[in-house]
Amino acid sequence: MTPAASGEAPAVPHRLIGARVPLVDASLKVTGRAEYTDDLRRPNLLVGRILKSVHPHARIRKIDVTEARKVPGVAAVLTGDRYPRTFGVLPMTHDETALAVDRVRYIGEGVVAVAAVDEETCERAFARIRVEYEPLPVYDDPKVSRNPVAVKIHERALRDTNLQKEVFQHFGDLPGAWRAAAHSVRVSARYAGVTHAFTEPHAVLAEYSPDGRLTVWSATQVPHYLHRALSEVLDLPMHRIRVIKPEVGGGFGGKSDPFPHEIACAALAMETGRPVKIVFDRDDVFYTNHGRHPTWNTVGIAADALGRFTALDVEALLDGGAWSSFGTVTTYYNGVLAMGPYQFPNFRYHGARAYTNHPPSGAMRAHGGTNIRYSVEVAVDMLAEEMGWDPTELRLRNFLPPHSTTVNEFRITSNSVRQCLLAARERSGWREKFRALPYGQGIGIACGFYISGSNSPIHFTPKFPQCTVHLKVDMDGGVTVHCGAADIGQGSKTILAQVVGEVLGIPLDRIRIAAVDSDTAPIDIGSYSSRVTFMMGNAAKRAAEDLRRQLVQAASDLTGYARESLECGGDRIYVRHRPQVGVSFLEAVHRAMEHTGALHASGSYESAPMGGTFKGARAGTAPAYSFSAYAAEVEVDVETGFVRVRKVWAGFDCGRPLNPQSVEGQIEGSIHMGLGQLLSESLNYRGPRLMNPSLLDYKIVMPQDMPEVECLLVGEDDPEGPFGAKEAGEGPLIPVLPAVGNALYDALGVRFLDLPITPDKVLRALEEKERREGRLSKPAPPAVMPVPAGGTDHAPR
Amino acid sequence: MLREDLGLTGSKRGCDLGTCGCCTVLLDGVPTLSCLTLAKLAEGREITTIEGIAPPGGLHPVQKAFVEKGATQCGFCTPGFIMTAVAFLRDHPSPTREEISRAVSGNLCRCTGYVKILDAIEAASRAMAREGASSA
Repeated sequence: MTPAASGEAPAVPHRLIGARVPLVDASLKVTGRAEYTDDLRRPNLLVGRILKSVHPHARIRKIDVTEARKVPGVAAVLTGDRYPRTFGVLPMTHDETALAVDRVRYIGEGVVAVAAVDEETCERAFARIRVEYEPLPVYDDPKVSRNPVAVKIHERALRDTNLQKEVFQHFGDLPGAWRAAAHSVRVSARYAGVTHAFTEPHAVLAEYSPDGRLTVWSATQVPHYLHRALSEVLDLPMHRIRVIKPEVGGGFGGKSDPFPHEIACAALAMETGRPVKIVFDRDDVFYTNHGRHPTWNTVGIAADALGRFTALDVEALLDGGAWSSFGTVTTYYNGVLAMGPYQFPNFRYHGARAYTNHPPSGAMRAHGGTNIRYSVEVAVDMLAEEMGWDPTELRLRNFLPPHSTTVNEFRITSNSVRQCLLAARERSGWREKFRALPYGQGIGIACGFYISGSNSPIHFTPKFPQCTVHLKVDMDGGVTVHCGAADIGQGSKTILAQVVGEVLGIPLDRIRIAAVDSDTAPIDIGSYSSRVTFMMGNAAKRAAEDLRRQLVQAASDLTGYARESLECGGDRIYVRHRPQVGVSFLEAVHRAMEHTGALHASGSYESAPMGGTFKGARAGTAPAYSFSAYAAEVEVDVETGFVRVRKVWAGFDCGRPLNPQSVEGQIEGSIHMGLGQLLSESLNYRGPRLMNPSLLDYKIVMPQDMPEVECLLVGEDDPEGPFGAKEAGEGPLIPVLPAVGNALYDALGVRFLDLPITPDKVLRALEEKERREGRLSKPAPPAVMPVPAGGTDHAPR
Repeated sequence: MLREDLGLTGSKRGCDLGTCGCCTVLLDGVPTLSCLTLAKLAEGREITTIEGIAPPGGLHPVQKAFVEKGATQCGFCTPGFIMTAVAFLRDHPSPTREEISRAVSGNLCRCTGYVKILDAIEAASRAMAREGASSA
């Protein structure tokens, strides 16, 4: 980290940084002029469709496409044997193919791809395709897959099981700590699979031109990984492939793998020499899935007599579905992300991810950190109750301090989790409400943390920066920003413009964002792991500082004042102590261009080495972490079991918010998504068959069901973030689930450990409680209540 | 037909089932899901899409409010929400927040949590009232 890129105080007040800047592409989006992949047209365009498997697990004996090829209007029919090379987002677990080769592993897997003049012709061709399947044993339960099996779903599965990955970690002496504990609690919970449900279905357009070049437009979060996968599977060098990311209608992790349909579409374009477009129907999106893993986990927490946590014991079993996808990372994350924001001197984790014949699970917003956090935060609540403590006090006692190291060697830098908790507690009126609201109403609190960019790029050889930004200035005085970072609606283009504009002291309309086109954009590794603002922001800041040096030199030549005395701002470069003396930005540009032509500048970001030396040590390491504490108030209709979340107080530490309006948007959207997983969303399987592949039957939260949200942005500047910023894209999802779960306990005296908490489950739980206890009543208040106004001041250990 | 034959790609196809509202257009001024509407049924009737609610180069007050309030993130649902809101505010010039959230309950958004969408529609209703008052 160079000093220039650290969060040093700027010489002049921020103008664009910290301002509520509307998205730079908002006017295109509100007029319907923003171009998504399905909006693109090419001359002589063909429609591509993929015939999908109706079997969950079967050997393919034979595929006969002879008759399909004869259908008038069909341009190409492609089967898996044409491009059998495997790929996958992680280099060590390639197990996907563009189309099924010899075997299908889930209902919905692509088997044959057809390109034709229109959709109806594709369907006519499908009707003439004969596929002979030989059914194989079906595995739809990870508890079965973890044991010895008759047929392995993939040869690479561990031993004689269908496990894809297993993780064992042990730090300190967990059994010893457990024996010595004064208090302990254990929680087991299960979580249905949920999916991203972005509004734009997957879409891809590919064209192969006579000069041997392939162009692919795709709704992707990871243009660079797609670029690599296309090159590997199609056996084309990367320099003959151009990947363009148009506007993307939401991703949330669901567009962060290179996908078979993207490769199949490119293959059809190569086969036909004509442009081909594949647009998914909504059920295709559901079968493609890659959503959050169905999960079974157990969390044990032990504490000493003073309320200090002494041990954390975690087990997790994940249903990975048919492919690996990000699964190795998911398996680690479900353990290593259990610990923060608390300090645990002893930690043990056993995690396993099983292949099954379900559609593949993958990365979804707050990947690997959501389900385990619910169990941990519920366990903390239960421990507080057992000890007779207020749960906020127990949390305050155990927070990781800023600038510390966890037992598994995560480097923690800025950390305002205390401020988050104190703000949420005070604003929510916790003291007056906790255990004191009428039966059926309750308040709960929970904390969280998340990586602000995975420290390890997925491809770490050769060693490239994780993000590079190029700036180009021509005689028109416009600054063009070239960057491979994928804006999927989170606003990364706007952050780029704000950072460059801030450093150069120019208005946003001078800045053009050219993203993403692999022909012109340097590499950014993608929009995942909440890395973009942090890494791209730093790269952009360095590029802009490089350009500023050139322009300040030019202004110095023109004014005769030393470079050190000059300042950029208000579209000018001027003398700091005599602001009326200076040159316009354009004058400085023209002077700097003399004898060189267009100006260029570059900046990049590469995170510092970190983490321990044990196996899996890099998983979960990040250059910074966001922290959070949410309070939530709920009201339950005990007649219908319907849960209404009234309000969420969201204490969040994203360092310095570069654009508070965007940060609020991320928090509000995260609360929407988190409440969906908690209360209504579930991929319902009957055996291997997905029963609800539509937005009608997969219920996301509707406008009238959203709670009021109060965002409390209390973070301090992070020493390494751009202008002090950290992530706000994924971390905000995590605490809302356990905050509401704990609020439901406060309201009803029932712990809900089977998500989603649908009204029928609420009613069943209440009936059972009444039968057991003879009445319905709230839990008793704790003996230790928080000190009012101003809070307590437990010094961190 | 709107997207493929007329090139009006502002209306989006999100769910094929009439659940997401991304394809909302106005049929004789009434919000209508174009994915469930056969072209034949629209014969002789007036269709307004997102492309047709503001003069060239300008923005409708609802569009302006969506920009300023941060009500669009990925933008895919945005045209549908705006069409619903335009018709709703025409008939209900000063709605409560509850009325707004009921009015847009046929539209799904996965990015914003709806908070800033409701903010924007509220702001637009105020701006339109001011505009109406000053032009009256």
